Amino acid sequence: MFAEFLQFLFSGITVGAIYALVGLGFTIIYNASHIINFAQGEFVMLGAMSAVFFVSVGMPMPVAMLLAIIITIFIGLALVKLAIEPARNASIVTLIIITIGASIFLRGAAQVLWGRNFHSLAPISGNDPIMIGGAAVLPQSLWILGSAMLIVMALRYFFDRTLIGKAIVASAHNPLAARLAGINARFVLLLSFGLSAMLGAVAGFLIAPISLAYPSVGIMLGLKGFCAAVLGGLGNPMGAVLGGLIVGISEAMTAGYISSAYKDAVAFIIILGVLFFRPSGLFGIRGTERV
Amino acid sequence: MLLGIKELDCHYGRIQALHGIDMAVDEGELVALVGANGAGKTTLLRTISGIEPASGGSITLDGHDITHYSSDKRVRLGIIQVPEGRQMFAPMTVEDNLMIGGYTRSGDERSETLEQVFAMFPVLKERRHNAAGTLSGGQQQMLAISRALMARPRLLLLDEPSMGLSPLLVDEVFATIQKLRDAGTTIFLVEQNAYMALAIADRGYVMEAGAIVLADSGERLIVNDRVKEAYLGL
Repeated sequence: MFAEFLQFLFSGITVGAIYALVGLGFTIIYNASHIINFAQGEFVMLGAMSAVFFVSVGMPMPVAMLLAIIITIFIGLALVKLAIEPARNASIVTLIIITIGASIFLRGAAQVLWGRNFHSLAPISGNDPIMIGGAAVLPQSLWILGSAMLIVMALRYFFDRTLIGKAIVASAHNPLAARLAGINARFVLLLSFGLSAMLGAVAGFLIAPISLAYPSVGIMLGLKGFCAAVLGGLGNPMGAVLGGLIVGISEAMTAGYISSAYKDAVAFIIILGVLFFRPSGLFGIRGTERV
Repeated sequence: MLLGIKELDCHYGRIQALHGIDMAVDEGELVALVGANGAGKTTLLRTISGIEPASGGSITLDGHDITHYSSDKRVRLGIIQVPEGRQMFAPMTVEDNLMIGGYTRSGDERSETLEQVFAMFPVLKERRHNAAGTLSGGQQQMLAISRALMARPRLLLLDEPSMGLSPLLVDEVFATIQKLRDAGTTIFLVEQNAYMALAIADRGYVMEAGAIVLADSGERLIVNDRVKEAYLGL
């Protein structure tokens, strides 16, 4: 009984950590530009697919991961340069629609390049489960949790302690004052897309051994990461992390105790609930700040 | 001549906000720009800072054309603006606000200027770990000015520094501005409080409907009949 619960909890936390990373990606870009980047899920897909590709051409896993990150960051920056910047003066809604277009393009390009098949990626340290309190935990889950925690701590350090990180936060709070302090808004935008692409890529190759890798793997992961970010209060990084864990755990519990058929619905029921009852999210500031 | 502006135009869409502005600020001067609400004073400052693009004419710094420079490049050259309404990074600490102010300077320069700023405004040092949004209006104005000083301005642009402050605090802000001028900072001051601004200014400009209509020394503008009637309520 308890072992069963523990089993669901572990799998919820594992997938929740992935949603948290995706949600953080949404949050960082939203804070820097108020754009909701619907290509975030495609960053996840690119991370997974390119890691699969590099392993399949014979590269060792760490190299494949590093290259997957580099390629995804490169595509994130290209997205800014080729699609967002040329439309710089357009409204936020237009820019959001551009990211939807970019996500469809990236998915299509991945299908052309790598085919529509499902690919597996070997887990980092084998498939032998570790027994904890009667629940079987895959080593990959521990890798995911450890990496997610490390990334969250590194991001906190970056935004709280470094001048460039603070400059991004400052740009979110007051874009005009940030520009008058000499912060280059285009640089902040590029940096935020680069960081989010990196988060997406890491989430992608970490989850691939569990979820498999295929060109449309990013759709659901992206949407659920978005749910996590909204649940936590869009713009609040720690909120996105908690939101991710809440979505992941609720999903695993629903799949375990009710039916796995309803698994995907959970995130969207949560998001509807948030929008009805607490539109600013669990940890968001009520209402919008306008000075 | 530190700042030179020639026939400067600025448009918001099809509406022309600035009409052929000609003006100059010399090194070490305190120059005031007065005018009614909506005359285009803030637009002029935004154009000088590169927030609004100029649609005609030119802006020069030390004789170099900077009309098409980005805002961050102008900050690096030393054109620093304290915007209207103070524009704090409200949830961030006082110290972080100051650090961001010195974003374009080196780490050594930042810590050096930070000490100077704290010596000038001890209350900011006391409250360095508080969120900027929790400061009083007067303290926020001091922080806004200090944040600009952190960038080591060659030309300090002040937009309505007295706005929303009690008379006592207004006096304090103007005393600070004079202190900065005496320390050698070149200042371009935009104010609706025309009397106080012209009283401390070396020279002044009067703006109406997006154009400069009068230019003279501060003391002569204060006694100018047109200025008296329109802005001083005399």
